[in-house]
Amino acid sequence: MDPGQFFTASRVIIVAGKGGVGKTTVSAALARGAARSGLSTLVVEVEGKSGLPAMFGQDDNLTYIEQTISPGGGPEGAADIRARTLTPDDALLEYLQDHGLSRISKRLVNTGALDVVATAAPGIKDILILGKVKQLERTSDVDLILLDAPAAGHAITFLRSPRGLLDAVRVGPINTQARDVLDMLTDHRRCQVILVSLPEETPVNELVETAYSLEDHVGIGLGPVVVNGLYPPLKGIATDPRVAAEEAHASLRPGEAEILSKAADFRSHRIELQQEQVARLAELLPLPQIHLPFLFTSDPGPADVDLLADNLLAGIDALQPLPESGTDA
Amino acid sequence: MNFDDLTRTERIIVCTGSGGVGKTTTAAVLAMRGAEHGRKSVVVTIDPAKRLADALGLRDLSNSPKRIDGPWAGELWAMMLDTKSTFDALVAKYAGSEEQSEGILANRFYRNISEALSGTQEYMAMEKLYELHEETDFDLIVVDTPPTRHALDFIDAPRRLTRFLDHRLYRILMAPTRGLVKALNVAAQAFLRTVSRVVGGDAVNDAIAFFQAFEGMEQGFKERAGKVGALLSDPQTAFVLVASPRRDTVDEATFFARKLHEAGIEVRGLIVNRVHPRFGEALPEALRERAHTLVGTDLGDLYTCLADFQQIATEEDRHLRGLAEHVAPAPVVRVPFLRSDVHDLDGLELVAEHLF
Repeated sequence: MDPGQFFTASRVIIVAGKGGVGKTTVSAALARGAARSGLSTLVVEVEGKSGLPAMFGQDDNLTYIEQTISPGGGPEGAADIRARTLTPDDALLEYLQDHGLSRISKRLVNTGALDVVATAAPGIKDILILGKVKQLERTSDVDLILLDAPAAGHAITFLRSPRGLLDAVRVGPINTQARDVLDMLTDHRRCQVILVSLPEETPVNELVETAYSLEDHVGIGLGPVVVNGLYPPLKGIATDPRVAAEEAHASLRPGEAEILSKAADFRSHRIELQQEQVARLAELLPLPQIHLPFLFTSDPGPADVDLLADNLLAGIDALQPLPESGTDA
Repeated sequence: MNFDDLTRTERIIVCTGSGGVGKTTTAAVLAMRGAEHGRKSVVVTIDPAKRLADALGLRDLSNSPKRIDGPWAGELWAMMLDTKSTFDALVAKYAGSEEQSEGILANRFYRNISEALSGTQEYMAMEKLYELHEETDFDLIVVDTPPTRHALDFIDAPRRLTRFLDHRLYRILMAPTRGLVKALNVAAQAFLRTVSRVVGGDAVNDAIAFFQAFEGMEQGFKERAGKVGALLSDPQTAFVLVASPRRDTVDEATFFARKLHEAGIEVRGLIVNRVHPRFGEALPEALRERAHTLVGTDLGDLYTCLADFQQIATEEDRHLRGLAEHVAPAPVVRVPFLRSDVHDLDGLELVAEHLF
């Protein structure tokens, strides 16, 4: 599939997955991939803090105000990457202000009354965030909106919130809001979810559960699954270090062969485990997969994001055009 | 005091840390060790991965521990917290009558509280801990805490819930039903209208009905929350921090350790799961260089492989050093990547080998 086609298949892409699977990294790679395809992106963070700016070499924290974290036109992409946060408290304040209730809005948040309100109608915080995303979808001038969703299983609750609210709140602005959001979520040309997982047993199980739950209960369109953190294959590590040294006409220091061999064993074994999980995922969930490599760093920067974007674009290139519905096979 | 001593002598161990770092597994291993010391120990888990739950015999949520058979001198029990029924039991305990209790349990707003109010799960975990502490003869109680981004929530949870039940909105919501609408000040009326406009009238009515039904129970709840809070800051409760070596979870653990310290609670141990192994002492930069000169050969690949691991190990070391200093003199144990996922008792034994 042509990356341009992939990134314009829907205006909104929701990136979801269990905590620690690298959702933010994947969002960064998607944004970079879109920028390279000439499409501008807005990344929306729903949790207060984010490592996103650092991945683009920026020091600033994200705020409710949109900011450019990677300007287009350079070697790293033809289009801008912008980012902002979207927390429930802020979204509620804005919602109330938009409805002529700005005087009372601060009190609602500051006194903790938001908790009472949110308890009266659970999912209201989620609907405010999704409602704002829907508004951005209509008004923003970017080509693509990437929503870095809350960690699953919150993702399921999060995306199911409009349906739940439709039942709980039958009239009024929240009902309208929920209906509009649901329209967006279930329209595959407007919105799709990209699920992220690690090639490990528990994350794979949770991803499969999340995928079916989202399809069955929300009717949301699922894009390809991103499997993050695969150790890149190294063909040569199957060779005994001593033999490899001879072949390369190089000499090894005392003890070095054992160390090289231990590291190689560890990697081969983990690659084997990862491949088992990748195969298991393919068996359990008939969605195309895109594989991203493990980064041997815990502070990914622009070069790392570029590497991931390379892999992502290659993965997109290899995709068949998506069928209408993902998991119906 | 190392982890073995903790499981031998302490009465309560609370495992805390961010989501996905292996808290449940760690809690199970600690409880199992207690049983091996001949003690009667119980692990309270929140959201165990399915296969681990199966291994522990935890097929369903339950409100009371089940015994797990195994080759230990003592007893090992386990339970998976059922937030809702724990809350229901608490309501029943403090309700003045059966009618009052039933009225609350049937209320939709109450059901939302017990399922959706942030902090409820945290509070119920602590409530269950208190109950086990007060009413059972377990020698060792190990609790897992909910995977929350704001890991401190559970310390705060008892207070937050009582604040919620005690909320000014309570009085505002109650007022109209007492014919005091006129006495309400303008701001309060506007407030109530706003809430109705946002969530709809039904939801507000549910809330009013709830607070009416709850009337008279606040005091009992508040006292209970006070006792639960006191147990958490009691020196007999040992907090163990669980982390992974990734930068974000280390940052969160550091933040958490500091917050605990501010609350007068010292971390009694740090367990870091899924640490990459280090192979020898060679520096990653030197290995990369060597790999570069050998590019295209098998030996080049072998050096790249080693360099990758030395690099990640170095970074993990750097992240963990700061955290270890933060919790000093508490012991720090690193559990390396295991050869496979932990989902049975043998797997727990494997983790135990690194912990003790």
